[in-house]
Amino acid sequence: MTETENKEQIAGKLIAVEGLDGSGKSTQVYLLKRWLELDGYKVFFTEWNSSAIVKKATRKGKKRQLLTPTTFSLIHCTDFADRYERQIRPLLNAGYIVLADRYIFTAFARDAVRGCDRTWLRKLYSYAIKPDVTFYFDVPLKTALSRILDGRTQVKYHEAGMDMGYSTDPYESFRIFQGKIHSEYRRMVNEYDFIRIDAEEPPDIQQAKVREILETKIDLPRYRWHGAIFPRLTQ
Amino acid sequence: MEKPKRFYGKGLPGVDLDQLRGQLIVVEGADGSGRSTQIDLLRNWLERRGYPTVNVGLKRSMLVSRELERAMQGNILGTRTLSLFYATDFADQLENRIIPALRSGFIVLADRYIYTLMARAIVRGVEQAWIRDVYSIALIPDAVFYLNVSPKILVERNLRKHAVLDYWESGMDMHRSSNMYASFIEYQRQIHKEFKIMQAHYGFETINGNRSPRAIQNELRGKIEVILNGKSGLIEEESNDSNGTERVARSTTTSANGSKGDQPPVRRQPPPRHRSAN
Repeated sequence: MTETENKEQIAGKLIAVEGLDGSGKSTQVYLLKRWLELDGYKVFFTEWNSSAIVKKATRKGKKRQLLTPTTFSLIHCTDFADRYERQIRPLLNAGYIVLADRYIFTAFARDAVRGCDRTWLRKLYSYAIKPDVTFYFDVPLKTALSRILDGRTQVKYHEAGMDMGYSTDPYESFRIFQGKIHSEYRRMVNEYDFIRIDAEEPPDIQQAKVREILETKIDLPRYRWHGAIFPRLTQ
Repeated sequence: MEKPKRFYGKGLPGVDLDQLRGQLIVVEGADGSGRSTQIDLLRNWLERRGYPTVNVGLKRSMLVSRELERAMQGNILGTRTLSLFYATDFADQLENRIIPALRSGFIVLADRYIYTLMARAIVRGVEQAWIRDVYSIALIPDAVFYLNVSPKILVERNLRKHAVLDYWESGMDMHRSSNMYASFIEYQRQIHKEFKIMQAHYGFETINGNRSPRAIQNELRGKIEVILNGKSGLIEEESNDSNGTERVARSTTTSANGSKGDQPPVRRQPPPRHRSAN
């Protein structure tokens, strides 16, 4: 069950994307997924905080503001574990390319900012295998803030780190909170070999780079569907 | 002052341990070990003596208890997910019930604590080191009593009470045997083995739970008495080199601990009746 003993048995590949809200990483991972599935690869996409079973509890906790830094961290780890045990891990074993929109690094960044111990967090998620490739969509804080704050009328309570009491103004709080997360990500770039993508470039340029890097890192043809069980329609 | 509280590891952010004046007393044991009976009796005993108490147990958090219950009904969660769900439930109660109660000087009676959760996870294949790290957020209790009852007696008590064995307490999710009786015995043996390992590591007391409720209760009260007196025990140590005024002042503080005006009125309960074994 530990990370070390199983790495070699895993036929699949795990690709994670990380970055601030507003870095454009979700757009990029979506385009990556479309490319891989349209070209006939075995691909699975998973998103942070999306386990059907656990999400309900998380939503209630957030809505009623019942969460503390520790329970916030544990409930997200529970959500992750559910997706990991039932999907990510079995699909990797089955030889899929798994794309993760946010992975354990999101927890490391957010929960550390909320005051959880960094070592404890790393141990908490120690069961999760490290991605084969982690793309970090690097964007200046200012750009990320303006993309979020200009595009939406409201920022969510926890997204803005309102639970931390930085400021009673959600926008000010969001700025402070995102700034701290930004520094946490920067600390991890070398620790976890993030591949930095300049997220200020046009989206199609970024996507071209991402695909190019992926082709050098992964022997893609190995992950094609073969012996077509179901006839696949193109277009 | 009382013995200062500590966490097993780094603990929870933002908790000042010096403020925790109450006592955390944990009773561990399988279903049918007599835990609840003993806790009820302890509560009566303590409240009659003027100590405010709070009961906590597993799966009672406001945050996830209902969701956890539902997930268990379907038996759809993986082992690690279930462990983490329980850890969330525990952390919620630790932060929102146990710690505030200790801050107010209450005695917290915990019907199970992290040890059952760790034992269950480990027998299902979760790494010991990992689960210990997860629960390094826990507060070290002032006392942990493990009611050790032989699996055969547990079966007997559970069947007499419910006429059916609990699915999880029989380890049926582990699919070791389709025979529920055999599975129960085997599962409880494994849990007991883990408790023995934990006992060496965490240093809690094993209580022979094969005896009558009264005998067990007497033993528990004796041991808890020592803990409660431990607070005034310091005064006696100091009585040689300090004058009588300080002794009086100190002992007043200690006894006032249990009956402070700003705490909710202590619920009076009828004096404990020692029921005979189920």
